[in-house]
Amino acid sequence: MTWFAIGNIADIPLRGARCVKTPQGKIAVFRTAENEAFAIEDHCPHKGGPLSQGIVHAKAVTCPLHNWVISLETGRALGADEGAVKTIALRNDDGALFIALESLMMAAE
Amino acid sequence: MTEKLVIIGNGMAPGRMLEHLIEKAPDRYEVTIFNAEPRVNYDRIMLSPVLSGEKEYEEIIIHGDGWYIKHGITLYKGHRIVAIDRDARTVTSDHGVTETYDKLVIATGSVPFILPVPGKDLPGVITYRDLDDVQAMLLAAQSREKAVVIGGGLLGLEAAAGLAGRGMDVTVLHVMPTLMDRQLDPAAGYLLEKELEGRGIKIICKANTKAIVGNGKVEGIELDDGRIIPATLVVMAVGIRPSVGLAKEAGLAVNRGIVVDQGMQTSDGHIWALGECAEVGGMVYGLVAPLYEMARVAASHLAGERSAAFVHSDTPTKLKVTGIELFSLGDFADGDDREEIVLRDAAAGVYKRVVLKGNRIIGTVLYGETADGAWFNDLKKKETDVSEMRQTLIFGQAFQGGAPLDPMAAVAALPDDAEICGCNGVCKGKIVSTIAGKGLTSLDDVRAHTKASASCGSCTGLVEQLMTLTLGESYSPAAVQPMCGCTDLGHDEVRRLIKAKGLKTIPAVMQELEWKTSCGCAKCRPALNYYLVCDFPDEYADDYQSRFINERVHANIQKDGTYSVVPRMWGGVTNSGELRAIADVVDKFEIPLVKVTGGQRIDLLGIEKEDLPAVWADLGKAGFISGQAYAKGLRTVKTCVGSDWCRFGTQDSTGLGIRIEKFMWGSWTPAKLKMAVSGCPRNCAEATCKDIGVICVDSGFEIHFAGAAGLDIKGTEVLGLVRTEDEALEHIVALTQMYREQARYLERIYKWAKRIGLDEIRRQIMDDTDKRKAFFDRFVFSQKFAQVDPWSERVSGKDKHEFRPMATIGYPQAAE
Repeated sequence: MTWFAIGNIADIPLRGARCVKTPQGKIAVFRTAENEAFAIEDHCPHKGGPLSQGIVHAKAVTCPLHNWVISLETGRALGADEGAVKTIALRNDDGALFIALESLMMAAE
Repeated sequence: MTEKLVIIGNGMAPGRMLEHLIEKAPDRYEVTIFNAEPRVNYDRIMLSPVLSGEKEYEEIIIHGDGWYIKHGITLYKGHRIVAIDRDARTVTSDHGVTETYDKLVIATGSVPFILPVPGKDLPGVITYRDLDDVQAMLLAAQSREKAVVIGGGLLGLEAAAGLAGRGMDVTVLHVMPTLMDRQLDPAAGYLLEKELEGRGIKIICKANTKAIVGNGKVEGIELDDGRIIPATLVVMAVGIRPSVGLAKEAGLAVNRGIVVDQGMQTSDGHIWALGECAEVGGMVYGLVAPLYEMARVAASHLAGERSAAFVHSDTPTKLKVTGIELFSLGDFADGDDREEIVLRDAAAGVYKRVVLKGNRIIGTVLYGETADGAWFNDLKKKETDVSEMRQTLIFGQAFQGGAPLDPMAAVAALPDDAEICGCNGVCKGKIVSTIAGKGLTSLDDVRAHTKASASCGSCTGLVEQLMTLTLGESYSPAAVQPMCGCTDLGHDEVRRLIKAKGLKTIPAVMQELEWKTSCGCAKCRPALNYYLVCDFPDEYADDYQSRFINERVHANIQKDGTYSVVPRMWGGVTNSGELRAIADVVDKFEIPLVKVTGGQRIDLLGIEKEDLPAVWADLGKAGFISGQAYAKGLRTVKTCVGSDWCRFGTQDSTGLGIRIEKFMWGSWTPAKLKMAVSGCPRNCAEATCKDIGVICVDSGFEIHFAGAAGLDIKGTEVLGLVRTEDEALEHIVALTQMYREQARYLERIYKWAKRIGLDEIRRQIMDDTDKRKAFFDRFVFSQKFAQVDPWSERVSGKDKHEFRPMATIGYPQAAE
């Protein structure tokens, strides 16, 4: 695992999200109303919708395509839907955000 | 002189008994309750929804602290009774409280059965019985590790589904060959197993637990075939046993349960017993319906009515796991003297089986489609001879006697004594007569007065249909529908309260109206944002994080995450310069698809989000502004060519369309607003299926509204005829403002109009000049703040963060 600096929590609007581009696809980084940060795959388990574009409420996001609600903590679909996205380890050092990626991601030229 | 009534136990059965008793004999007893659990009376059936996260504990409380105070009842929480002295007529709790009684009710319930295997006492082994167990499971689920549920019955499967929903890797061990073998036949058990496996729950049937293994805490389960299933949490749900220890020590007659007669009296004339601990007619019970029946009988006897008697009846079973429809009733074992009718629909996952004996239903299993459960239950209870309808019996009630396939017809056709609410034993006649007799109009009222739909809630749909049947048009379930799960208030109430209390921010609305969530959800936040934008155009700061993505980035999101862009073309008119600019943008950004829309616009599809500001910059240079094809707001005004060109045209329809669009663009509305102006009644602009339309005629302008051509198709209604273009604009704008101020978020104009009444709208817009002018003025005021082109704002740098990735990482350095 390698930690990558991705910026400051203040770069993300409250109850909003930004994307981080990686060779393995986009990662969505969220900031909740309580100023917590979470990182998950930017890819809804239902039809691949970009979760970073959804409405953030409590510790969940509603996918913009078909309104699945995904937990930012567990990556799992809430309510009656079934499915999960990968959660990505995120470190918050006084606002400076880092995410951990598998080192094999780096090896891929 | 009041008598002293002491109750041991505070579960659902004694709670219900007290409700009846207070109704029948409010002042007869001074009541004291000892509850071993440190809390009030809550709905134990709803523990599974609490486990799955669909409900909170607060929502399943039956009697809050206030109820006990109101009725003068003393409740000792967390007091376990350790001794009954029948001679002295006293009970003593583990905290040393001793209370005397004239009459005593034992309702100690049951205890979960614990398999007598090695390791059963290891930390991490729990049962599923009360709120403490649920809390223990929730705590364990945070680890998202492996859990094993022993027992594939009703409780075990609800626990498994709840734990899986909370992120645990769950395996169910069941000793029998198929799941829920006491309620389901093997075929339905198989379907259930497939469904649960599809949800990621592993099922092992014919699994005999040999030992629970682990060093200091649970690490796994060993089966008798030697397999080890790893687990950090083990839930035992293998059955319950009546809790009879206390009664036995007191010397009462005890068999499997505490033996009582049909009046729920034990072998001691001063002591009654009810609930899961009681044995009546040689049977003990675990489902809520018979326990509530015991409560009714016991209350009658305590109130001095000695004739009430408990009678056994079969209770249908349902599984409370979201998305699984399952119904089981009576006896469905095979037998020589029995016949069965079976329907299977593999594609739809439906299985239905009715077991007959002598042309009468004795058992039913329904899986996948359970709407006819109440009907089969009714036929069974009445022992109806079904030989006449054998051919179509399995298809359900709607197929009998040529009855129409109207969903209401099935409910209308039910007899008065048909049971609607199985939990509380409430029949149709009781519900209908209570609605009529007490003038009830809301579901909550019906729940409060009849108890129907007040326990597990699975009959709510039926109860609502009965309300519609009884109240007719005046009851629409939508009218009492809360905005979303975050509040109990409906849209209309919220809108009214925003104005009445002058609430000008979303946090203020949530605080003052007691929102149940910290920051709302994707349903209520956009609605609140709209209401505030509409009511306080000058003061309210639009909250972009509460807008759907399309309105946040001013383009339409597509299935692959790219966006489409529609520039505004006033009235659908364009020219060579504009078309050339669009063509250049298409080439420059390699836009994959260019398409003409139904609203006479050009749609550019497949644009990457990062490219949007650059695309807008180029379009803006050619004079384009956003077409707002994404907005819950004014979309397009479609026109025909009108009197300038057309040989039939009566007025300048193109000119009027452009004028309306230039006047109204940028306004937000409850739902999208599409308009059209046709130059003559031939209606080439298709104005008569729009939200608002105009048909030009020789004598002036006929204004139409409330059409629909989407999910619903509906021709417009005529608002009225006006003589001049100025008047047409004023009426259209006033109508739009009335709609903006009164409709619910996402409610199209035709639905709003139906609710408000067409005549009322005509009265306010056509007949009441002052009202119309006031609406018009408020719209004009609001436009001062709304007519800002969002594209040019973003080209100038607004919301930059929306269009750029936060970081790009993990690529080789050279790529930078």
